[in-house]
Order: sequence, then C-alpha cells, then structure tokens
Amino acid sequence: VSRRAVGLVALASVVITLSFAPAGVTAAPARTTLPDVEDEVMCVLCKVPLNVAEAPEADAERRFISSLIARGYTKEQIKRALVAQYGPAVLTTPDKNGFGLSAYLVPLLALLGGLTAVGLLWIRWRRRTGPCIAPPPPDTPTAPADSRRLDEELARFDA
Amino acid sequence: VQRRAAIPIFVVAGGLALLVLLGFGVFHQATSGRLDDAVARGQRPPLPAATLPRLDSAGSTSLASLRGKVVVLNVFASWCSPCADEAPVLERAQRRLAAEGATMLGVTWRDTAPDAQAFVRRFRLSYPVVRDVSGDFAQKLSVVGVPETFVIDRRGRIAAIRRQPATEAWFRQVVEPLARAKA
Repeated sequence: VSRRAVGLVALASVVITLSFAPAGVTAAPARTTLPDVEDEVMCVLCKVPLNVAEAPEADAERRFISSLIARGYTKEQIKRALVAQYGPAVLTTPDKNGFGLSAYLVPLLALLGGLTAVGLLWIRWRRRTGPCIAPPPPDTPTAPADSRRLDEELARFDA
Repeated sequence: VQRRAAIPIFVVAGGLALLVLLGFGVFHQATSGRLDDAVARGQRPPLPAATLPRLDSAGSTSLASLRGKVVVLNVFASWCSPCADEAPVLERAQRRLAAEGATMLGVTWRDTAPDAQAFVRRFRLSYPVVRDVSGDFAQKLSVVGVPETFVIDRRGRIAAIRRQPATEAWFRQVVEPLARAKA
C-alpha cells in the first residue's frame, strides 16, 4: 500500500509540475509602465523625481520613455537609454564625484561621528560609575591581638 | 579635562566641516555671476574646452578646432518654446554670419537626440549642432535655462553673453561687429 501511495504522490507531483511549468517558462515578463520608471529617474532640469515634475522638459522625458515602452524596452533598457540621452544625472542616485560625493560621505561621517560620540560617552559613564559599584571589603578575620583588645574594651564598657 | 573637552571639540569640528561643505556647494553653484561680470567688464574669459558629440552624425566636434573664426554658441532644447521662437532668428543670422566667415553652433541641453533632430528639421537649421549629454559643458558656462547664447571670438574667448532669447537687434549691434572685427 505504501509503495502504491508513494507512486500516486509522485505521479501527482509530476502532473502538477507539468501543468504549471509551461506557464512559468513561457510567460512574458510584465510590460514596463511609465509610473514604474518615473519614480526611479529624475527630471534633469528641475532636479526632482520625474513622477512629481511638471516642467516641459519632464514632459519631453515622459514622451521619450513612453516611446521606448511602446517599442518593448524593459525598465533597465529604458534607464540605459535615458543615461545615453541625459547623462548619469537622470538616475536618482547622486553623482559619485564632485559635490555629489558628499551625499555618500556625509551620512558615513555622521555615522562614524555618532559611534565615536557614543563610545566616548560610554567610556566616560563607565569611569564615573566605577567607584559607586565597588565590591564590599572582604570579611577578613580579626587578628588575635585586636580580638583581645576588643574584648577588653567591651568588658570595660559593660562595667 | 582633556577627555571632557573631546566631545564639544568633536561637535564643533563636525559643525565646521558641514559649514565648509555648504560653502563649497554654494561657491560651486554661484559661478554665473563671475563669468557675466567678467564679460561685462570687457574681459574675455576662455571658453571651457570640450569635445561634444554631433547631433546629425557619428563623431564629435572639439570646440578648440573652431578657433580662428567667430562662433555664436546657442544652447537650446527642443522642449523650450522660447527656443522655438528664437530659431528663425538664428537661422537668418547664420546666413549673414557665414558671409563673414563666422558660424552659429547649436548645443542641445537636457534634450534627447530624436527630439533635437526633429527641432533642427522643423526650423531647417543649417548650422552644426552638438549635444551636451551630461550637461557638464553648459554647467561650466553657468547655463541655468535656455536659450542662452555666447559669442566666442577668434581666439576662443567669450566676448558676449545673452541669457535670454537672441534678437535680430542683438545680432546686428553686438554679434556682427564682432564677426567683422579682424582680431
């Protein structure tokens, strides 16, 4: 019975796989849309993302993107074509040279600065709180001479 | 005491660094005034060197190769309606300038090649047009809008700037005398 069940399960798996596989293999990728590209590129004139830009230059960019979509370009191909027409400034990532480099460096420096400040504060806090949490003195045994003197003084006090 | 002073010193240094960065950014952006002031004072700053791809064909044009003739460099875009209004004026000026051995040179700005080519065909522009794809060349000229026009003398220096649409009167009063001048 178990061998038969295993066979049935295997057969069902093969049928299910075959029924879904052609769809997965032959399905065309989703068609690129204008809104899908617009939010990942810049209006190079107004220096804002294209999806919020209203300048005539932005309309020209949208027309260019739409013409490429009509020709079946993917999003990455459209981005490459935009860079060929407008330069790398059309992408939403800042330049990696000149003043644009500060967009990468400032957050990094701020992070390093923050970590350094936290480190310094932690070291300071450790030093300041150290004496307050010092362990109690050890319970040392009283020396015989001290013990004898203590007994004498207590006896004198009682008298 | 030294350790206690470390944090304020660090904060002040960080603040100063940010101010320097901000100052550099402002300085970097505010060059148009300097260029225009220099030309207004009668100085002739050199045209930034550039080699730009041609619009109508493969290959590129080095601006240095144009030395020896007066060049009227017009920065434009096909999506700009003042540029469309100005285009017939430029084409008429080109015919007069060519007779003096000078030339117009169009430079596309923030524009696609197909749109710029359609613009050139629409207005039957007969002068060469190059593309400033990255916008770096226009940035060196402090272009902030189009159309803007620069007159380059025979020695490759900026002799006049017009940061608004060029007119027939401007060509006759400013550009054509420069084109006729020998030096």
